[in-house]
Amino acid sequence: MTQALRVRVWRGGRDGAFQAYEVPRRESQTVLDVVTYIQRFLEPDLAYRFACRVGMCGSCAMTVNGAARWTCRTHVDRVAVDDRLEIAPLRNLPVIRDLVADMREFFDKWARAGGRFQGERTRREEFARVPPQSEARRQVDAGIECIGCGVCYASCDVVTWNPDYLGPAALNRAWTLVQDVRDRAGAARLEAVAGDAGCHSCHTHMSCTARCPKGISPTAGISGLKRAVMRATLKGEL
Amino acid sequence: MTRKAEAVLWIAQRASAAVLALCVVVHLATVIYAVQGGLSAAEILGRTRGSGAWLAFYATFVVAVAIHAPIGLRAVLKEWLAWRGASRDLALLALSVFLAWTGLRAALAVFA
Repeated sequence: MTQALRVRVWRGGRDGAFQAYEVPRRESQTVLDVVTYIQRFLEPDLAYRFACRVGMCGSCAMTVNGAARWTCRTHVDRVAVDDRLEIAPLRNLPVIRDLVADMREFFDKWARAGGRFQGERTRREEFARVPPQSEARRQVDAGIECIGCGVCYASCDVVTWNPDYLGPAALNRAWTLVQDVRDRAGAARLEAVAGDAGCHSCHTHMSCTARCPKGISPTAGISGLKRAVMRATLKGEL
Repeated sequence: MTRKAEAVLWIAQRASAAVLALCVVVHLATVIYAVQGGLSAAEILGRTRGSGAWLAFYATFVVAVAIHAPIGLRAVLKEWLAWRGASRDLALLALSVFLAWTGLRAALAVFA
């Protein structure tokens, strides 16, 4: 292991530029450690986001050497090329400043995709029993651990080409609700995720699936939505 | 265009793709088989003239192309040229009619 990392960090807004820093190399160092070092010792006004540092909150995602990653769980050893790192804000989102992207559109799309659970039972009724081994529950399990980091959204070329596209995370969320036997949004949610802005725009490039730090496959959920919308359309329910 | 209409277009494109997969295989296999001993216009016409089966096959092929290609181009035009809205859909409808018209004319020409 060499003594120093050469790090280029995006500074400024959309028209900003990369700035070079030298950061001491440490054992088990994460990319977030590198950014934090720069902010504490070299560039006090460097803007970046983080909270939990353990891969739960989804706030520290950035573009590292060209690929979107959660920086708190990404070890420098795994991503540095010739002891060089290039760190930029997430793609497909407006840059606020430095490494901070504006996540509003990302989360607004969750709402547009019908991402809110709509049940019918009240607290005075019995809990719904959902067999853990049922197919629907297994489908939910496969997608439910999303932490909303935006890595899939930043990795999706369809979002780049088609800014209206709801994106992998919002559609994955919708799929977990379509598979939730307690949910009653039904055809309304399927209509929200159908069409040119929804699941039908997915080209199955699978960048979201390749990059998701939680190992979720939004592509599989989007395929499920396509099938569900097709069935609803053919039955005249849409 | 409504979400439902967009979903119907997606279904139409997938269904026409399934038809095309079969048609292309039959078409290519026939071409490879037919050119074994050299191929002339007279030979082709000898097979297709008066053959209701070949007319039905190529008519199906042409209709599948006329459905499939414009829907695929619809996404390409949106993503690469940012052309969307009614003008794009009307232009693609015209393309669909053009493909169907010229294709069916050709299929009919080798039949009659």
